Amino acid sequence: MSAVVFAHHQLTPTERLRDAGWIAFVALILGIPLIGLTTVDVGGRLAVDTRFGLLAMAVVAAFGGRLVLRWAVDHLKGRKLARQRAAAGNAGGRAQQVVNVLGWLALGASVALPIVFSDNRYVVDTATTVLIYVMLGWGLNVVVGLAGLLDLGYVAFYAVGAYSYALLSTQYGWSFWEALPVSGALAAGFGILLGYPILRLRGDYLAIVTLGFGEIIRVILVNWTEFSGGPNGISSIPRPSFFGLEFTRRPAEGSDSFASFFGLEFSAMHRLIFLYYLILVLALLTHVFVSRLRKLPVGRAWEALREDEIACKAMGMNTTNIKLSAFAIGAMLGGFAGVFFAARQGFISPESFTFTESAIILAIVVLGGMGSQMGVVLAATLLVLIPEFGRNFAEYRMLLFGMAMVLIMVWRPGGLLAHREPTLRLSADGKAARGGA
Amino acid sequence: MMLSMEGVHAHYGHIHALRGIDVAVQVGEIVTLIGANGAGKSTLMMSLFGSPKASAGRIVFDGEDITRLGTHEIARRGIALVPEGRRIFARMTVLENLQMGAVHADPANYDADIARVYAMFPILQEREAQRAGTLSGGEQQMLAIGRALMSRPKLLLLDEPSLGLAPIYIRRIFQIVRELNRDHGMTILLVEQNANQALRVAHRGYVLQHGEITLAGSGAELLASPEVRAAYLEGGHG
Repeated sequence: MSAVVFAHHQLTPTERLRDAGWIAFVALILGIPLIGLTTVDVGGRLAVDTRFGLLAMAVVAAFGGRLVLRWAVDHLKGRKLARQRAAAGNAGGRAQQVVNVLGWLALGASVALPIVFSDNRYVVDTATTVLIYVMLGWGLNVVVGLAGLLDLGYVAFYAVGAYSYALLSTQYGWSFWEALPVSGALAAGFGILLGYPILRLRGDYLAIVTLGFGEIIRVILVNWTEFSGGPNGISSIPRPSFFGLEFTRRPAEGSDSFASFFGLEFSAMHRLIFLYYLILVLALLTHVFVSRLRKLPVGRAWEALREDEIACKAMGMNTTNIKLSAFAIGAMLGGFAGVFFAARQGFISPESFTFTESAIILAIVVLGGMGSQMGVVLAATLLVLIPEFGRNFAEYRMLLFGMAMVLIMVWRPGGLLAHREPTLRLSADGKAARGGA
Repeated sequence: MMLSMEGVHAHYGHIHALRGIDVAVQVGEIVTLIGANGAGKSTLMMSLFGSPKASAGRIVFDGEDITRLGTHEIARRGIALVPEGRRIFARMTVLENLQMGAVHADPANYDADIARVYAMFPILQEREAQRAGTLSGGEQQMLAIGRALMSRPKLLLLDEPSLGLAPIYIRRIFQIVRELNRDHGMTILLVEQNANQALRVAHRGYVLQHGEITLAGSGAELLASPEVRAAYLEGGHG
C-alpha cells in the first residue's frame, strides 16, 4: 500500500481511483467498529445496533476527500517544480522587472496616500507605522538578509535610537535634526559593541546572544530609573519641526507656526502628514543607501559571508570587519527608526522595546524573503495591516496574525519575494564587467 | 623555495592533529599530499592558512614567515585555497563568485583574468548569470578553481578536488591541474584521497599518517612503493 501512497510520478486516473479506493477500504475497515457498530440501551441491557448508512457515507467521503487531496498536492508540487526550474534558469530578469514596476507603483501610492486620505487620521497613522517597520526591516535586512547573521535583539538598537533622541531633546534641548545623526552613530556604536563578543558565533548560538543583548538593554531601561525614567518612560519629547516651523495652534510670541506661515487654518493633520512624509523620506534614503551598499564590495562581501565564511577568508576577506560593518550599519538604521519613533510618539517606555518587536521585525525580513528589499515592504505592510483588519475579531486577532505567518511560510518557503537580484553589472572595481572572453 | 613548513604542530582543541610536519614546495612544482581519512591532510592545508594556527614550528611562504598571520592576510600574500567541498557562494551568480575571487586582486587585471578563466572553463561563461548553487558538482568544482585563480595566486592549494565527482569530471580536474602547472607555471599543492591519480600528476608527494609524514618522494617513486600500494592504491582507491 505504501507504494501507492508515496508514488512520486504523475498519477494516471486509474491510479488515482485505485489510490482513493485503498483509502476508502481502510476507512471501511476502521469504520466498521468505529461507526458501523454502536451500542444502544434496550430496556436496561446493551445491544449492538448497526449504522451502515452512516458508514457508507463516511467511506464515500474518504474516497472523495482522498481524490481531491491527492490532486491538490500533486498540483502544488507541479507548480513548485515549475518554479524551481524557472529559478534555475535565467528567468530571473522578468521577475525582477515585475518587482521594479511594483516598487514604483508602491512609491507612487505612498506619496499619494496622505493627499487622498488627508482627513483620515487612522489611515495616515497606520501608514506611518507601516513605514517605520519597513525601515526597521530594511535595517535588519542588512544583518540577517545580506550578511546572514541571525539577530534576535534588533529592537535594542531601535531603543538606543529612541532613548538617545528622547534624552538629548528633553535634557539638552537638541532638535530632531541635530539628534538624528548622533543617535544613529550611538546605535552603530552599540552595534559594534554587540558585534565584538559574537564574532566567532554563528547560527543558533549567535541568535541566543543577540536575544540576550536585546533583553539587557530593555532591563537596563526598566531599572536605571534616574537615567531612563524606568518603567514610566520619558514623556513630552519634542516633535520635529518643519524647517523651524512648529506644528502648534498658537505659536510662541514673535515666531510662526507651520499653519500661520503658509496661511493655512490650523489642523492637527498637518503634523501627522508631515511625520508621514518624514518617515517616507527616511525610509527611501535607507533603501537607496542599502541598495548602493549591496553593489559595493562591502555589500557583496556581506552576501559572500552569508554563503560561506571559510571561503570568504580564503579569498582574503577580513571577516571581522565585514561582520562588524554589517552590525554597525544595521544598528544605525534601526537607531534612525528609533529616533523617528520617539519623535512621533512623544512618549517612550521600555514596553515599546520588548522581544515581540524584535520577533516581528525578524518576521518581516524572513517573510519578505531574506535579502529582498521589496519583500520587506510587502511583509511589513501585511504584518501591520493584518492585526489592524483583525480588530473586529478582538482577541482572535493574534491568532489571525499567526495563521497568516504560517500560511505564507507554507506557500512561499523562501519568503514572499525570494528572488535575488544579481549585482552583475558591476565588477570588483566598479566598472562594467563584460561576458566576452 | 615557494613554501616550507618546518616542524609544524597543530591542535584542534585537545586533538593533536599535526605532529611535526616538514613539507616543502618549490616554484613550479605540483606536490601532492596523500593519506587516509583523518590523517590530517585538511588540517595541514588549513593550518597553512592560519586556521587553526600552528602551535609550534614555522611556515615560510615566499621568504616571509606567515606562521602568525591571520587567514585573510595569508590569502592576500598570494595563496589561494580551493576548499574541500568547494564552498562556492551558492546563492550568488557564477560571475559574482568569480568577482569575489578578485576582491583583493589588482583591478587592472580583472578583464584578462576573467577571460583566462572562461577560456579554461567555457561552461562557466555559458552559465555566468546563473546561480552557482544550480551548477552540477563538477561545474561547481571548476567554479571554485576559477574563483581561486582570479586572485592570481603564486601558490594554489587544492583540497580534495575530485571528492564526490563523476569519473569524467575527476579526469577533467586532474587534466586541469596538469595544464595549470604546465601552461601557466602554477605551483600547486594538492591534497587527495585519490592517490593513484594524484601521484601521477605530481612531481613529488608526501604520505601523511596520524599527523606525521611517513613517506616522501617523487610521484613515480611513491606510486611504485610497496607501502603506498598496499595502503592507498590496492584498497580500492585506484
